[in-house]
Amino acid sequence: MSQDLTHRAVIKKALGAYEIKRDENRSKYLNWQEARQAASEIKWEAVNHLDHYLLEMTKNLEARGTKVFWASNAEEARQYVISLAVEKKVKSIIKSKTMTSEEIHLNGALEKLGYDVVESDLGEYIVQLNEEPPYHLVFPAMHLTRGQIKEIFKRKLGSDTSDLPEELTMVARNIMRQKYLTADMGISGANFGIAETGMISITENEGNARLTTSFPKIHVSLMGIEKVIPKLGDLAILLPLLATAGAGQQITCYNTMIGGPRQPGECDGPEEFHLVLIDNRRTELLADAEQRDALHCIRCGACLNVCPIFKNSGGHSYGTTYQGPIGSVITPHLRGLQDWKHLSSASSLCGSCTEVCPVKIDIHHHLLHNRRNAATQMPVWWERIAFKGFSIATANPALFQLGIKIARVFQPLHFLVKGTLFDPVRAWTQTRDLPNIPAKSFRQQWKSKQ
Amino acid sequence: MNIHLYVPCFVDQLYPKAAMAMVEILEKLGHTVEFEEKIACCGQPAFNSGYWEEARTVAARTVEGLESAEVVVIGSGSCGAMLHKFYPELFKETPLAEKANALANKTYEFTDFLVRKLGVTDLGAKFPHKITYHDGCHGLRELGIKSQPRQLLEKVQGLTLVEMKEAESCCGFGGTFSAKFPLVSSAMGDGKCASALETEAEYIVSADSSCLMQIQGLLTRQQKPIQTIHIAEVLVSR
Amino acid sequence: MNGSKDQILARIREALRSQAPVPGNHDYSHLAMTPSRPKPELENFRQWLPPVESNSENQWDLLTKSFHALKTDFGLLESKARLIDFVLELQRVEQWKRVGIHHGAMTDEIASHLEIEKLWVDEGYDPQAMEQCEVGISECDAIVAQTGSILITAKSGGGRGLSVLPPHHLVLARTSQIVPDLPSAYELLYKRYGGNFPSMISFITGPSRTGDIERIVVLGAHGPKKLTVAILKD
Repeated sequence: MSQDLTHRAVIKKALGAYEIKRDENRSKYLNWQEARQAASEIKWEAVNHLDHYLLEMTKNLEARGTKVFWASNAEEARQYVISLAVEKKVKSIIKSKTMTSEEIHLNGALEKLGYDVVESDLGEYIVQLNEEPPYHLVFPAMHLTRGQIKEIFKRKLGSDTSDLPEELTMVARNIMRQKYLTADMGISGANFGIAETGMISITENEGNARLTTSFPKIHVSLMGIEKVIPKLGDLAILLPLLATAGAGQQITCYNTMIGGPRQPGECDGPEEFHLVLIDNRRTELLADAEQRDALHCIRCGACLNVCPIFKNSGGHSYGTTYQGPIGSVITPHLRGLQDWKHLSSASSLCGSCTEVCPVKIDIHHHLLHNRRNAATQMPVWWERIAFKGFSIATANPALFQLGIKIARVFQPLHFLVKGTLFDPVRAWTQTRDLPNIPAKSFRQQWKSKQ
Repeated sequence: MNIHLYVPCFVDQLYPKAAMAMVEILEKLGHTVEFEEKIACCGQPAFNSGYWEEARTVAARTVEGLESAEVVVIGSGSCGAMLHKFYPELFKETPLAEKANALANKTYEFTDFLVRKLGVTDLGAKFPHKITYHDGCHGLRELGIKSQPRQLLEKVQGLTLVEMKEAESCCGFGGTFSAKFPLVSSAMGDGKCASALETEAEYIVSADSSCLMQIQGLLTRQQKPIQTIHIAEVLVSR
Repeated sequence: MNGSKDQILARIREALRSQAPVPGNHDYSHLAMTPSRPKPELENFRQWLPPVESNSENQWDLLTKSFHALKTDFGLLESKARLIDFVLELQRVEQWKRVGIHHGAMTDEIASHLEIEKLWVDEGYDPQAMEQCEVGISECDAIVAQTGSILITAKSGGGRGLSVLPPHHLVLARTSQIVPDLPSAYELLYKRYGGNFPSMISFITGPSRTGDIERIVVLGAHGPKKLTVAILKD
């Protein structure tokens, strides 16, 4: 328990500064709510005409020498990257942050074949060294303290520094610089794909994505099909919303749009640019019109940062690539409802996620929708019986009354079993007291009043 | 006005004082209060657990039982959200759709009804205590209730409202969630209690008895020096 | 080789046969109040984004505030001579021995006064040599007052690497290049490059930074530790 409390304190502290900056930057908007609405409409337009915009984007990309590969699933995407690495005799690979790569488990597949794969984003690098998945979509190592990170660096890199964040950051910087210059392949994600001009857009703070996409002779970008937006100019509102919601910044340090490999007359940049478009069951979510807006997600992480479940249970407890409320919505679609429906139950439905979502996804109601779909497709037998009983009991207020009367009679004896395994309401009484049932219900008082 | 008071099942059984306080307030304002004894529950537990068919069976009785009501007032943001926001979704494309929509449109949460519908804020109450206010999530985010209770509390003589940090964060109740995930639920509640205790208030006031049950449950267990009370009970204090 | 292009497109088209609820309103249409509002297009974004006043003095104030907040160093230089002095002073203090630089009206002028080794990038360059440079000097397309961002492209900024590999990035610009906000910057991009965009466009907003260790900001994560903007008054 004390370990839990320490962990919660780390998360709370990490998010404290974010909250202040987020509120400060949000308050500068002339109309934050309308900005959200605009972003939501932009994403709605794209997602609801996805075939059209994907074709427009890929046509424009291909016209300038980009190779586009459409992957139905994780296996196809991995195979494409592996074949490319084999064909081009790649030895070392540098990566900038891409959650899609986590989704398709690319690192493991490449490492198995003997490739040297290094995550360059500092947080990703730390969790890679610590051999664990990212804790948070945007802040992968937020669960680790500087002391723990110092130990990880010492163990894995043999570095001998203090635990000052500046010193630790410089350890990673110095190791990474040669890797940018010597890697044969750079792998990045894509925050947006732009149909109108045939580009991808990458948002970051560290500059590692800039470096990853500048020096290796092959650049591969992994992008979920839902990331496409209609126009280049749409970024004028999407980039600041992403930064403010996700990191509490007005805009992040680097926002880079890449429209192909090095073009004639340009002095640097990769010789080849490959864009891997990944479906991996996103089309199944697309087919669910009710929850289609979950594909609006720009992976800002704002819903995680406000979620009381995330803050108390932690990012690793989800066991998913995409954590937090949005992860609980989309994972059942991407990986199977029966195996992942429990995520939708693990919510008090408080709605903070929906309130902060910069693209207005109806997140917490979709948790309800997932619960409904799960109960309809494969009800839990005892729950079904319980709720059938519930519906019968409430149909008949007299029966309901009787139940309460019985409870009232037995409540004085409750102390005998309270909190033990024999306690019928143990789930509650482990940590909480129950109210005393008053002598007269409202109904009874109402009747005598009439 | 002829007001139908909708008393949520747990308020009926566990917090009758809050419901009686609402009756007193509405009658004092010159309105007639009615109560439909045939209705026991709005169906939210089944709805929130995904058992919509069973929820519809329960909710149908509310929809039909309140068909002739002029206006429905609910002393809970949570059940208010169920009637006002979720019934139309629950009954969409069913024979009761139209009636569910009609009910949604004449249903008000108690504090919202007083302030926005009746335009009343001063109820002549006296409550010489320092309090802090907990915004129930359903009331706040589904129904947009934030200023209404505060406007009412502002007019209570002797009352001092000290806002807690994170007044808008969830208490961790969440209906069946509190039993399915008791430890996370309690951890959330502990955070809430800690914020409330920091204010050194004597009472935590809320318009949602379910939140108060969660908060009081933790406070009693931990023997903390602060009490919970429903806003209606504050508003009838003299 | 397209992979599963046709299958994915077919699945998308099949999926889109059902109609999604309107954006932002979800399925609670019975509660809907949808006042007519401007379309979500570039020319309308200013109605919602943080405001910027139209006169250039206010924009300058906003820009300097942003620069301070971002820890971007800057100088407003009254004349070409002052600009040269500004850069030479930086060279003296930081003891530059090698500079990465590209050809341009402003960069050429500065280069002619810098008596140190120069790595000209325009015809291609050795990245290892650039790694040895203490500073990369580039021009830019625009400076965004609202956000303190420098807009560069592979064309205006000397390619992709110059502005991000050396530990110090020095940008040479003119006051006439200041635009009020992000929508203006995008309008400028459309106008300047139209159908032929450089392969890389980047908004640089402050020196490289990370918050990945306990959310504490550290400058110079991977990119430049220092960003300086020398702005010549037109």
